[in-house]
Amino acid sequence: MLFCCGLYCILVKRNIIKIILGITIAEYAVNLFFILVAYRMEGRAPILSSEVEIVNMVDPLPQALVLTSIVIGLATTTMLVAIAMRIYEKYGTFDITKIKELKG
Amino acid sequence: MIAISHIIPLFVAISLLGAFIISIIGKKLKWIPDVIGNITTLILLGLSILAMWTIVTKGTLVYSVGSWKLPIGIALVLDGLTAFMLITVNLIAFSVSIYSISYMERFTSKWKFYTLFLLMVAGMNGVVVSGDIFNLFVFLEIASVASYALVAFGTERHELEAAFKYTVMSSVGSLFLLLGIVFLYSYTSTLNMADMANILAQKSASNITIMVSVLFIMGFGLKAALVPFHAWLPDAHPSAPAPISAMLSGVLIKSLGIYTLCRIFYNVIGINFPLSSILMILGTLSMVIGVFLAIGQWDFKRLLAYHSISQIGYVILGIGLGTPLGIIGGLFHLFNHSVFKSLLFLNSGAVEYATGTRDLQEMGGLATKMPITSTTSLIASMSIAGIPPFNGFWSKLIIIIAAVQANHLGYAFWAVLASILTLASFTKVMKYAFFGELRKKWSEVKEVPFFMKIAMVILALICVVGGALLIPNINEVFLKPASDVLLEGTKYADIVFKGIQ
Repeated sequence: MLFCCGLYCILVKRNIIKIILGITIAEYAVNLFFILVAYRMEGRAPILSSEVEIVNMVDPLPQALVLTSIVIGLATTTMLVAIAMRIYEKYGTFDITKIKELKG
Repeated sequence: MIAISHIIPLFVAISLLGAFIISIIGKKLKWIPDVIGNITTLILLGLSILAMWTIVTKGTLVYSVGSWKLPIGIALVLDGLTAFMLITVNLIAFSVSIYSISYMERFTSKWKFYTLFLLMVAGMNGVVVSGDIFNLFVFLEIASVASYALVAFGTERHELEAAFKYTVMSSVGSLFLLLGIVFLYSYTSTLNMADMANILAQKSASNITIMVSVLFIMGFGLKAALVPFHAWLPDAHPSAPAPISAMLSGVLIKSLGIYTLCRIFYNVIGINFPLSSILMILGTLSMVIGVFLAIGQWDFKRLLAYHSISQIGYVILGIGLGTPLGIIGGLFHLFNHSVFKSLLFLNSGAVEYATGTRDLQEMGGLATKMPITSTTSLIASMSIAGIPPFNGFWSKLIIIIAAVQANHLGYAFWAVLASILTLASFTKVMKYAFFGELRKKWSEVKEVPFFMKIAMVILALICVVGGALLIPNINEVFLKPASDVLLEGTKYADIVFKGIQ
């Protein structure tokens, strides 16, 4: 649902900043989904200790993976914002309907 | 004696190290980036030839990072297909880095260029050697982020616009991939590709597999610029500096798009009839639409970019056929296309370097002033159009024969048609750019510097002798192991677990 919201944002909005926000939202949606995949009912944190016997723990692997994917997301967003700033310098607008010198 | 499988992580490590050194000291010493950049790519090329040799003599190698046992640890796998892709990537990277010595003089910060360039190479090598699906995604993102920055390198209006478009589309593609990986993980609870293949083979086909396949086709299709997802490519490729266009078109879309597509569909999910027809239809669409769009272009690099889409179509068609001959043809065309398309982009860069324009209508008669550029680009044009003695002819011939053998006469027809149209559009390029009357304003034009010539001549030589790769003995070493990997399909798992650790 959140993913669709992000995609909608990317496809429909005309403002560059809003497109970037859309990507960020979609990214968080995937990350959140990944965490939820690992959730077990009434699970506890996956910490290994000798005293307590572990019965029901959440899957720790996706948490590590999501951490990585958040970092990747950060890099992409930074890149996008940097490009957006330079675009604003050159074109003086954030509206993509006015930035269309290239025909795809 | 160090185990031979220790060479696998070096492909990523050496290029990362090169990028690191350049970014630290390259700013102060002007000559450092050139030297280190070229040495790094040369070492990588040497290593990949060594890797190819070990594949032939010893079989598949597996390296577990941090000595964790499979399937828990991260595995790096070196098999026939990997070695094949490594050679392609590093060969192009090497010639491109020679070329950039002179070409990148025009830009101010050369060290940034080399840092990003080596990061991109590290990402691509990583994608190819990774045996773990999440690591594949991480390396894919490293290569993509470096390429976003490289497309925007000129920081002019067009570059920025193209880079923005490319970044948005490509990151949406990555999101689809990540979502696909999440679904696969939740279904199989493993990330190792070999293990995943085993588990998927045990469970019967379900809706999740179909959903994941669709997500992967969208994600990798965006990365490989197959036709419904191709909109970013004709903008991004012409806007990047010429060496980077050569890298993007020559190897980036292949290692990020096609290699991953083959690896996941053939070795993990397992190919079946609907999937292979989807691949063939997408391939044919890209092939035909790409070439039709290309024929009307007047911008040299934009024309080449549309041809990339069209040639990628051939590769996907060949691989989608699924017959041994089709796969060999597809992979062979992948290699050939890397060589001649990089060469053409380098040529276009040379013309731009000398004359300052990319518009074909403004050129003319450059053959007399730039003999080496025009000869090499003639060779590359003939290869891409499929004129007999050159490498492009053989691979297209194999793909078409394979299509006819598999009773897909329609696809074969479209392949022939696209080939003829390619010939037509390159006749146009040669006529307007290099032959005909020399215009007055180009009478002062000089041939490009020494290093750019070397890079172009190396690639042109490979184009000429490329057809020789089909001679049985060489074929055994070069193409056969790669296509065998795909044919073995989901047996991949057993091979990886048995591999020399």
